[in-house]
Amino acid sequence: MARKIPAINAGSMADIAFLLLIFFLVTTTMDVDTGIMRQLPPPPDPNQDIPDIKERNIMNILVSKSDRLLVNKKMGNIKTLKNDVIDFMSIHHDDPAYPEVTMKSIDYIGDVYTTKGIISLKNDRGTSYNMYIQVQNELAAAFKELRDRLSMQKFGRKYDKLINEDYIDAINKAVPIRVSEAEPEDVGGN
Amino acid sequence: MSRFKKQVSKEVPAISTSSLPDIIFMLLFFFMVTTVMRETTLIVRTKLPEATEVQKLEKKSLVSYIYIGPPIQSKIYGTESRIQLNDYFAVISDIQEFVVLEREARDEADRKFLTTSLKVNGETKMGVVTDVKQELRKASAFKINYSTRRKVVKKE
Repeated sequence: MARKIPAINAGSMADIAFLLLIFFLVTTTMDVDTGIMRQLPPPPDPNQDIPDIKERNIMNILVSKSDRLLVNKKMGNIKTLKNDVIDFMSIHHDDPAYPEVTMKSIDYIGDVYTTKGIISLKNDRGTSYNMYIQVQNELAAAFKELRDRLSMQKFGRKYDKLINEDYIDAINKAVPIRVSEAEPEDVGGN
Repeated sequence: MSRFKKQVSKEVPAISTSSLPDIIFMLLFFFMVTTVMRETTLIVRTKLPEATEVQKLEKKSLVSYIYIGPPIQSKIYGTESRIQLNDYFAVISDIQEFVVLEREARDEADRKFLTTSLKVNGETKMGVVTDVKQELRKASAFKINYSTRRKVVKKE
């Protein structure tokens, strides 16, 4: 005797699915993490000598305890910092006010002039993180601009529009992010 | 001729809802796949600073997070910025161990791509951040990411 099994009512299936859907809608986080990428230097080797860098090759940026900027011992402004950095890191031939330039031969680009300039960033323990990030941001913007310039000149498109890995590497080599963060000293209040 | 007239029905046929569950299930699966459940409960407040030159942090499985900020329960823990690792408060000396454990948890081939994301409250003083950075250097976790929100720039 074959008995008929009554069909299960599937009408409420949509409701169940809706319930689950709403749960996942609520718990889901779509935000992407964004931030400024930086590479830390390895810890200093005590036996290693401090490299001798000429005064003209360094741009000193000091962020004070009260979030004020000192650029080469003069009062600086966060609004002009980007242009100051671009100006400092651009190529200036035979100008003692700017860092030295050297000729470098890089694959895919050929011979380019690169600067020996270094940005030295120093902050106090009392500097606020907000200010520090603002300065890092301006530095990142300045280097991006420099890379864009070279990239436009050599490959005809902006740095972040480059697709070829080799080209990106070449630009990275020609315009490295030379930001040196000074070893912290215990000065100032927390 | 009247034969044809009979066939014209005046009622609009009901829309079939039998495929509704399928559509909902499709949405459901989409959200199930894309969802990322929050792993840690924040016990410090991290109101991130804003910046314009931000990069996307890719491969979330290769990121370990360090939170720094004032405790949410300021009545119990005070308002001084503290470090949070996983679900607990930590001190500076815990960071090296944390990095080692994070590294152990990853596949050997992926270890060199491990990034440390610093989620630091904007009001926090740099002192504690510098200490954390020094510890990360000692633990040779060199790739760091200062977590920031993307600033919306008004076009002029």
